[in-house]
Amino acid sequence: MLHAAVPLNWYLILSAILFCLGLAGYLYRRNVITVFMSIELMLNGVNLSFVAFSYKFRQVDGQIFTYFVMVVAAAEAAVGLAIILTLFKNRQTLDIDDVNSMKD
Amino acid sequence: MNFFIISLIKAAIVAFVLLTALAYLQWLERKLLGHIQLRPGPNRVGPHGLLQPLADVIKLVTKEGFIPSHVDKFFYLLAPFIAVTLALIPIAVIPFGPEVNIFGVKTWLQLTDLSIGVLFVLAISSVGVYGVALAGWASNNKYSLIGGLRSSAQMISYELPLALAIASPLLLANSLSFRHIVGQQAGYYLGFIPRWAIFQMPFPQIFAFIIFLIAGFAETNRIPFDLPEAENELVAGYHTEYSSMKFAAFFMAEYCNMVISACVATLLFLGGWHPLFPAPYSNAIPVLVFLFFGAIGLYHGLNPARRRDRFSLPITGIVSIIIALIFLIPILWPVIIPLFWFCAKVVVLLFVFIWIRGTLPRFRYDQLMRFAWTFLFPVAVLNLLVTGLFVAVFSK
Amino acid sequence: MSVILFLVFAVIAVVCGINLVIQRHPINSALSLIGVMGSLAVLYLMLGAEFIAAAQVIVYAGAIMVLFLIVIMLLNAGAEGRTRRPSWGAIVGIPLIAVFLGLVSFVIQALLPKSETVAFGQFTGGNARNIGHALFTTYLLPFELTSVLILIAIVGAIVLARKEID
Repeated sequence: MLHAAVPLNWYLILSAILFCLGLAGYLYRRNVITVFMSIELMLNGVNLSFVAFSYKFRQVDGQIFTYFVMVVAAAEAAVGLAIILTLFKNRQTLDIDDVNSMKD
Repeated sequence: MNFFIISLIKAAIVAFVLLTALAYLQWLERKLLGHIQLRPGPNRVGPHGLLQPLADVIKLVTKEGFIPSHVDKFFYLLAPFIAVTLALIPIAVIPFGPEVNIFGVKTWLQLTDLSIGVLFVLAISSVGVYGVALAGWASNNKYSLIGGLRSSAQMISYELPLALAIASPLLLANSLSFRHIVGQQAGYYLGFIPRWAIFQMPFPQIFAFIIFLIAGFAETNRIPFDLPEAENELVAGYHTEYSSMKFAAFFMAEYCNMVISACVATLLFLGGWHPLFPAPYSNAIPVLVFLFFGAIGLYHGLNPARRRDRFSLPITGIVSIIIALIFLIPILWPVIIPLFWFCAKVVVLLFVFIWIRGTLPRFRYDQLMRFAWTFLFPVAVLNLLVTGLFVAVFSK
Repeated sequence: MSVILFLVFAVIAVVCGINLVIQRHPINSALSLIGVMGSLAVLYLMLGAEFIAAAQVIVYAGAIMVLFLIVIMLLNAGAEGRTRRPSWGAIVGIPLIAVFLGLVSFVIQALLPKSETVAFGQFTGGNARNIGHALFTTYLLPFELTSVLILIAIVGAIVLARKEID
């Protein structure tokens, strides 16, 4: 067992587990920053999947797509956190159940 | 198995030398700052204050390290641990010299070489921000929180010009591994100008070097960018609530970051361990330097200004002359000469760090951020573009 | 050796992921996410993606998460309140997510042969030279578009966070 190698399936199953954990956090948490972090967790799970397939086909294209996912996540984090700051400044709460309408 | 033993020995030597160097860097800083400010600096504990770091270590270890009741214990204890661990790690990829043959063992004077060595150092310094941010948060104290937030924002803002300034000599060197980068800086133009990156055609990287130094000051929270830990602005900033060994950890982390910045600047811009003149003539330089120190020590030792210098100055002179004689032994040259040049360049850069600390006032926080985003970052981008243009046009 | 490394870092990633979803204060969740990203960086190294591992630590764990941490510390909104007992959405939904996970795992196991193993050093094409070459030749258009995207994000963030000038 110690000299066995890791099957590729395990990496993909780990990716699925992280994605489902992110999904659960996204659907069931109420603090908007935690929801945002669950989205980042989902993106990380998908990144792992891309890199695993890039290994399987011995091509670098999967890693290129991972790179683009990271760049888009960075841009999204910047704008999303600015929106959260504005939200907090106007509504004084970070609870998404309390900000479910555009009217005050 | 042979590889493991050699690596263990190298790791032990590097760790020992680094930790001693950190302690004595603090002594050097206090003496230099003292002399810049027209006062003697520490001179009571041992001759010329040389045992002061030992006294400081004993004081910090035996001081009562209490944990205030209002702090968040887990992060309070985690923050100095992260800071000092991440500051000490990058020394593993810094090469101090070329491949040498010591007692029949061929090894590089480096703990390990990664093919992405430069990215590794950048990554560790990026994650090192968390030590400061968590310290500010965990202390549950408005001064620490403001200090921690300002410091994190400053460090991530200056990471951009730092990374761009690092990218410019990489365009010339075409590799991310420190060994190859220094290897590309061997040789001489016209027989006497060294091919260091700051002199290297097609585009001398002198602007990138200056940008790297400025961004390095900001990354390591040194004056003129040390508002987050300034004593007269924010009590003590993010390490207000820390005492004894935890405070010593932050202190050590700051000096270690300074040493790593100086080492990376030497490797990327100043040619690492390559000498200033071509090889046979430049072997005389260490001998001359140490003979010079020896001569000064003996001359002033013969008629000392202060009574207590009657023994210390002549002894320093004699030790310097002995080291100069060691540099005359040809069989030691492959190991000692590269180490001398590397350490000399690092010491000159550390002297510049301390000199600027003693000379400049500190930036106000908005001035600091405005400088990073509106001046340094565009200049770094412009430098990268011009370097790329010259490399594309003039490379074969 | 690869098995031990994989198991250690996979367990760390899953435990940090569960911690992220369970913790009430967002700062504990943020640090758990940093733990996930760190262990994923090690897993990328084992899959031969050395540049992506370094980029993950520099960009994701070193810059994006610092941004999250700064916003959490700045807003200082405190822990989420004690939730009411879980709604019927949670009682039905969480087992459904578990079923979804089981289904995906079954499909993965069925589609991919078990003999496909990951050994460190089998794929050396993930170095900076190959990625740079692919980015600047085959994928040049998406690369330039992401530059514009980042510019849009910077301008958007500045506009949103600016004080109103009356």
